[in-house]
Amino acid sequence: MASRVELIDTLAGLALFADLSRPQLEAVAHTFEEEYFADGQRILRQGFSGSNLYVIVSGQAGVHVDGAQRAVLSRGDFFGEISVLLGEPPAADVVAVGPLRCLALPGSDVESFLLTFPRVSYRMLQAEARRVRTANLWR
Amino acid sequence: MAMKQPTKRRRSAKGQSKPFPPGRYPVVIVGSGPGGLQTSHFLRRLGVEHAVLSADAAPGGMFLRYPLFQRLISWSKPYAPAVRGTRPYAWYDWNSLLSDDQAYQALVPEFMDGSSYFPSRAEMERGLAAFARRARVQVRYGCRWEATRKTGDGFTLSTSDGEYACRAFVLAVGMAEPWKPDVPGLDLVPHYVQTKPPRTYADQHVVILGKRNSGFEVADALLPWARQIILLSPRPALLSIHSHSTAGVRARYLLPYEDHALGGGVFALDAATDRVERTGSAYRVFATGTTRPGDYVFNAGAVIAATGFTTPLQDLRALGLATFNQDRLPALTPFWESTTVPGVFFAGTVTQGAIGLKKHGIPSNSGGVGGFRHNARVLARYLAEKYFAITVPRPTIRPEEVVPYLLSEVARAPELWNQRSYLARVVSFDRRDGIRDEGITPLAHFVDTGGPDAAAIVLETDQTGDHHPAVYTRRGGSVTEHVLPSNPLHNFETSEYHAQLAALLDGLV
Repeated sequence: MASRVELIDTLAGLALFADLSRPQLEAVAHTFEEEYFADGQRILRQGFSGSNLYVIVSGQAGVHVDGAQRAVLSRGDFFGEISVLLGEPPAADVVAVGPLRCLALPGSDVESFLLTFPRVSYRMLQAEARRVRTANLWR
Repeated sequence: MAMKQPTKRRRSAKGQSKPFPPGRYPVVIVGSGPGGLQTSHFLRRLGVEHAVLSADAAPGGMFLRYPLFQRLISWSKPYAPAVRGTRPYAWYDWNSLLSDDQAYQALVPEFMDGSSYFPSRAEMERGLAAFARRARVQVRYGCRWEATRKTGDGFTLSTSDGEYACRAFVLAVGMAEPWKPDVPGLDLVPHYVQTKPPRTYADQHVVILGKRNSGFEVADALLPWARQIILLSPRPALLSIHSHSTAGVRARYLLPYEDHALGGGVFALDAATDRVERTGSAYRVFATGTTRPGDYVFNAGAVIAATGFTTPLQDLRALGLATFNQDRLPALTPFWESTTVPGVFFAGTVTQGAIGLKKHGIPSNSGGVGGFRHNARVLARYLAEKYFAITVPRPTIRPEEVVPYLLSEVARAPELWNQRSYLARVVSFDRRDGIRDEGITPLAHFVDTGGPDAAAIVLETDQTGDHHPAVYTRRGGSVTEHVLPSNPLHNFETSEYHAQLAALLDGLV
C-alpha cells in the first residue's frame, strides 16, 4: 500500500467500512495493522488459540478445514471474527492464495472497536446473515 | 573456523588498512548498527566468509544519533536475578549484543553509570563499540551501498568503493529514514529528528503529530518548557502496559499521558490531521476527531511530526521486493528473507517485517535490539546451512532430560522471553537419529512446514498479560498446540509442569 490516501480510499471501498466518515476511516487505518502474506502462507491456524480479526484489502485466501478447501475469500471479506467473538480457536486454516494484503486487529481489541464503531458491527452482522443464509441454502 | 581475510587491503587516509575491498564474497552485510555487528559475529563463528560495509564512520547505527533525548527505553539491569554474562542474563539486559564467548557478552552494563537501568545513548554507543572492538568485528566504514543488480547466482552491489558480488545479501540498515504521511502542509513541519533543544520551546503552544514512543518522548522532554502540548493522531494511544508487549508507548514516557488524564494542560487527542498551514513564524493545524466527532483548529508556535521512520530500501523495490505498512517494511519469511526476492535477507530492526503468529495480537519483538539480536544468531545458522552446507551440531538428548530441558528453556531462555510466540526451542524425535536438540527456530517455520516428530516450546502472553509456556507437538506431520497454565512467579519447573509436559510428549520421547 503506497500511501495513506490510497489506504483510506481502499478502506472506503470495503463494505465493512462503507458507513464510516473519512476521519473514522483514518482511525481504522491506524487501529488495524497492515500485513502482507506470501502465497501459501497461513494466516489463521485451525486449533491455535489467540488469533485475530483480518479484513482482506487485496488478494485471495483459501479456507481449509482438515486440509480440504471449503471457500475462497477475497477483497472486502473478513475472517477470524467467529474465533474472536466466541473466544475459541479457529475451526479452519486460512491460507494466502497468491500475494495477500490484510488489515489485522488483535482479538482483544475487537470488542472495543465494534462498540466504538457500531456501524461496522451492523455491517458485520449483515455479512454473517448472508453467510447463514448461504449455508441454509446448501442444506 | 576463522573467517578468511581478503588478501588485498586498501589504506585509509589515516594509514589504517580498510577490510573487505571490492570483489566477490559469499555474503555481504550492509550496516554497522547492532543488527549488522551481531550477524557478522555469528556468521564468523560459523565460518561463513562475508564482507561488512557501512556508510557510517563508526559502529553503532541509529545509536550514533538516537534517541534524541539520549536515554533508551529498554533495560540493562546491572543487578539481576541471573548472573551477568550468563545466557539467562540476556533477558535482563536487552541492549548488549550476544556471543557464545562470555568475554563479549553483557558489555553495555559495563559502561552504565548507575543513574538509570535504561542506558543513555552514549552508554549504548560505547557498549556496541566495545563489542565490535573486542569481538573483532571488521567493517569497511565509509562505504555507501548505492545500487543492486540481480545476477545468475546472487547479487552485485554497487557502492561508493566499487562493486561487490555475493550469493546472499543481508541488509541491516535500520528503519533510519524519517517518514511523514502525505498530509497537506506536513512538508512544512520539522520531523522528530529535527526537534530542537527543549528550552527552544519555552512558553510555546506545541502540537506533536503522533502518539507513539517518539511523540511521547518529545512531549516528555518538553513538559518543563512548553506552555501547552497537544498530541494528535487518529487512534488512541496504545500503552505497553495494556498491550503487554513492547508494542506501545513505554512506561518511561507516560508522564505526558498522566498529565492528560489529570487535566493538567497536555491533551492526547484522537484526531486525523487534515492539513497544516504556516502563519508567519507559527502554524495552524486543522484536524477532525476520529473516536468522537469534532473539528479542531490549533494555533501553535511549533509543530513536530513524530510520525516514525521508514527503511532505506534504495532500488530493491525495482527488483520486486514486496513491502507493507504503507511501504515502510519489507515483507519477510520467518527467517527474514524477502518473500519476493529470494537471497535478500534482513537483520536488525527491519526484521519486524516478519510478524510471526501474532498470538493475542503480540507481534515479534524484532523492532528492538533485545529481540533482533537473537534473530541474527538464527539467521547466521540458516545462511550457513542453506547456502554453504555447513552443518551445525544438533546435540543428542537423553530421554529423561527432555522434559526438564524444555521447561528450563521456557523458564529462562532469553530467546524465548525476548521473542514471545516467535522463537521456539525445538527438540526432534526420530527413531533412527534419536532425540536431538534442533536449536532455536522461528515458531511459524515449525508449525507451517513439515518435518520429523518434534516438540517446540515457546513463551506466550495471553490477553490478560499472563505468561504461559506453550508446547507445539508435531506427530506424523500434524502440529497441535498445548498452552500450559501460567504461574504468578514464572516458576515453570514445578512437578505439576513436569507431569503435564511429560503427558504431552507421551509416545514421542
